[in-house]
Formats: sequence, C-alpha cells, structure tokens
Amino acid sequence: MTSIGQRIERRLPLIVVSPLFALSLFFVYGFIAWTIYISFTKSGVMPVYTLNGLAQYDRLWATPRWYVALRNLFIFSGLFISISMAIGILLAILLDQRVRAEGVIRTIYLYPMALSFIVTGTVWKWILNPGLGIERLMRQAGFEGFTFDWLVNSDYAIYTVVIAAVWQSSGYAMALFLAGLRSVDDEILKAAAIDGAGPLRVYTRIVLPSLHPVFLSTIIILAHLAIKSFDLVIALTGGGPGYATDMPATFMYAFAFQRSELGVAAASAVMMLMTVSAIIVPYLYSELRGARK
Amino acid sequence: MSRHPTGGIVRGGGPGTVALRVVLFAVLGVFCLYYLVPLFVMISTSVKSLEEIRNGTFLSWPRAITFDAWDKAWSGACVGVRCDGLQPYVWNSVMMAVPAVFLSTTLGALNGYALTKWRFRGADIIFALILFGAFIPFQVILLPMARTLGVMGLAGTVPGLILVHTVYGLAFTTLFFRNFFIGVSDGIVQAAKVDGAGFFGIFFRIVLPMSLPAIVVTVIWQFTQIWNDFLFGVSFTVGDSNPVTVALNNVVNTSTGVKEYNVDMAAAIIAGLPTLFVYVVAGAYFVRGLSAGAIKG
Repeated sequence: MTSIGQRIERRLPLIVVSPLFALSLFFVYGFIAWTIYISFTKSGVMPVYTLNGLAQYDRLWATPRWYVALRNLFIFSGLFISISMAIGILLAILLDQRVRAEGVIRTIYLYPMALSFIVTGTVWKWILNPGLGIERLMRQAGFEGFTFDWLVNSDYAIYTVVIAAVWQSSGYAMALFLAGLRSVDDEILKAAAIDGAGPLRVYTRIVLPSLHPVFLSTIIILAHLAIKSFDLVIALTGGGPGYATDMPATFMYAFAFQRSELGVAAASAVMMLMTVSAIIVPYLYSELRGARK
Repeated sequence: MSRHPTGGIVRGGGPGTVALRVVLFAVLGVFCLYYLVPLFVMISTSVKSLEEIRNGTFLSWPRAITFDAWDKAWSGACVGVRCDGLQPYVWNSVMMAVPAVFLSTTLGALNGYALTKWRFRGADIIFALILFGAFIPFQVILLPMARTLGVMGLAGTVPGLILVHTVYGLAFTTLFFRNFFIGVSDGIVQAAKVDGAGFFGIFFRIVLPMSLPAIVVTVIWQFTQIWNDFLFGVSFTVGDSNPVTVALNNVVNTSTGVKEYNVDMAAAIIAGLPTLFVYVVAGAYFVRGLSAGAIKG
C-alpha cells in the first residue's frame, strides 16, 4: 500500500500538470488545428468537413474588404507603435530627472491602461463627435469655419482610432522605458559626465543604445496589441463608416458571426495567427533561451 | 525601481538648469492634462443635463450638477429591448470575474509550482507550449470555442464565459507564478522534501504563504483583463448574459431615440470604475503585472 502511495506521490507533479497541459493542448492547439482545417473546407453557414483546397484563401484575397482591413492595420500599427514609443521615451527620460511627485505623475500617465478599450472608445467618441466635440469647442473659441469630422470621414476615421489607442497605451510604453532607464549602470553615466558629454549626448549615444532590449520588447508588445485590436474599433467607429476602419480582427468577427462565412473567417484568423506567430515565436524562443543560461 | 544617485542628467546650479527644469515641468504638466482631460470630460458630461450639453462644449464646467444620468445609466438605460440600465450586467461581470480570477490564479499557481520546484523531463517544453497560448490572436479559437460551448450546453451563459476566461487566463497566470517561483530558493523546498513533506504539503504550508506578492499581481492582472474583456463577451453571450463591457457598447451604440451623451458617460464610468479603483489602490502591483507581461524568463 505504501509503495503505491509513494509512487503516486512521486508522480504528483506530473499528475497535477497533465490535466492543465491537456486543457491547453485542447483549447489552444486543438482549436487552432480545427480553425486551420475549416479554412481548407467549403464551410459557409455551418462547418463542413470535406477538404476543398485553398478556395477560401482565394476568396479572402479576392475580397476588397480584406485589403481595407490590411491597409488599416498597416496604417494603424505604424502610427500607433511609433507615436506611443516616442511619447513613452520622452516621458520616461523626463521622469528620470529626479522629478518631485514622480509617483503621482506616473499614476496619471498610466491609468488609461486600467480602463477597458470600450470605455476609452466611448469617451473619445464623444470628444471627437463631429457636431458637439472638438469642432464645437473650436467654433466657440472663434474659429467659425473649423470642421473636424474625422470620426465619420472614411478617409480619416482610422486616425481617430490611432488617437484613442495612443492615449490608452503610451503610458505603458513610458513605464517600460522608465524601468529600462532605471536599470542602466550608473557608473557609465558618471564616466560620461566626467568626460564632458552633454545631457543630450549621454542619452542619444549611451543610454538609449543600451536599451535596445527594451525597444524590442516594447515594439513587440505594441505590435501584438495592434494586431489584436478589436474592442476599440468597435466602440469608436463600429468598423465604419461602412467598413472604412475594419481591421483583421473586426473583419474576422464580421465574417464569422454576422455574415456566417465560416471558411473565410477561419482563413482570415489563420492569417492573423501566422502574423502574430512570426513576431512572437522568435521572441519567446530567445527570451526562454536567455533565461536558461 | 531604485533611483540611481545622480538621478538623470539635469543637475548642478545655474540659470540654465533652472530654465531646463521649468521646461521639464511644463512638458510633464501638459502630458498630465492630456491624460486627464478625457477623465474630466467623462465626469463633467455625466453630471450635466442634456440641454447644457447641447449649449456648451465638452470642456465647459458643469453649471447645474444633476445625477439623473447616473440614475438612468445604472437602472433605466435601454440595452437592446431591456431597459434596466447597466445594473444586471455589472452583476454578470462580477459573477463571471470572481470565479474566473479565482480558478485561473489557483491553477496557475499549481502549474508554476510544479513546473519550477518539481522539475521533470519536458517541463520546459510544456511551459513554452502553454505560454504560447497567452499570445495567440483569439480570433483563431472563436469558432471552435463557440461550437464547444454549444455542445457543452454553455453557449450564451456566464459559466461558459468563466470557462473561457479560466482556460485562456491560465497561460498568463502560469507565466506569473513560474517567474516568481524561479526566484524562490530551491533549498527550502529540498529541505521540506527531506523532512518528508509532500507535493501539496509543501505547496500549502511553505510555498503559498510566501507567494502573496505574486498572488496579488496575478489577481489584479486577471481581474483587469477579465473585467475589461469585450471579444469573448460579445462572441459567446447574448442579451441577458452580456458582461458590462458589451452592455456599455450597446447603450452607446443604440441608434434609436435621442442621443444621451450624459448617460453614455455615466455608463462608461460605471463600467470602468472597478478596474480604475483597483489601479488606484494597488497601482504598484498593476505595473508589476504589466512589466511581467513584457519581460519574461
């Protein structure tokens, strides 16, 4: 009896991990496999399981709306990542100057991260409201002819998503860079100061280059947020006007749950997975390897 | 975060330094405004009457403060055809978030503990495979999940959402606890093993009590994620079982009737208040969660 008990006891870690690992295998890898499989079938309203080659991918890449989604993703991520990084670096450097009340300021910069994108979208939708928002403010301030209708203008609506997303996430970039700045070896800074390097030189030549891991991880995190962005688009523009602010995530949702074209939806989801994997897998690989050394 | 003693680059006396510091504080102040204005707009709009909103601007100070919009957002606003305000949906979110946070945190703690303190063959590979689940775009699992929930009879229910959040939260919670337990000395666990303590004995009596910081970080992270979730809520629930984020979006985007911006803003604050409260009370832990999501290993 004791030997059986001991044997179970010895295997206990594996017995605990196995079901959790099985959950992950089923709900992550099993589901991914199912979606990939469906993307190679004729599935429409209901899933069918006879293979049909690349037809769904042909249809996806022949859909103008998909190109709108990709173009928007490109514009959005480019601007969102670069502006958030620029603000993040600037604020982190400024906060690193022994600022009194640093804690309070940091709290203010970062609180939007605690909010749901739906809340952020709701408030920015109101601020950017074509009739009553910024437009009204400027007109009352004396600029009678001022118009600001980006929210309902198909050419500019995607930039309103950038505005709201930067507001929400730039504090996050600041926090990551500030943590990076605080980890720079002080001796190097002192030595540079003794050599007569000016503040600007110290930052551009010494501090920022030494932060390249922080740059990398911040870019990856923001890119990851950008590819997954769904909530903010829905709350702010609903993907509109028309489908002018569609992104891959909203495209997939619309085709899966509104238009019931499961095959195309699955194909677009697979494209998203491939994009994210191309960024995340090498990153995770290097992070995990680095940790083991 | 320890400060380095020189503390940045602007130092020493002289008029140049003073001018620099004035600029420094001006820029920091402008950005404070940038982040705070939307919060001010939310609060001030929510206590204005519709008439005042139509006549003023979104930045104007409220003249006659009224809480009618709050009242309506809480218990009278229409979400679809039902006009009970956000109240029932706030409860849905609570009923969803509390069990999901508890389950995903507990299982993540067990997972992280087993993977670091009882290292067995393949532990690293298992961890890497679980971790990848934290980064997949969830669009890739939406369709099979919807069907699975249907088969299990959980489609459109709060328990269904609990399952979804627990399963997909597990990757993050495992990551947090694994990173924490790696820093815990193996010696303590080894000593307890020699004394004859078992897997669960060590977990409950030794490891768990010392992982309070990791538990706090994980609970805060999971609560924020689950409360703020919209994608799972909108994909897997209908009408009465919607979480508050979905209900808020429905309130704001109903096209019928007069647009009540004050009710929208009050509803947005109600939906955002729980996570905002957690952030203000436990901001340091929230930030730690954020950076743990960034720097792994």
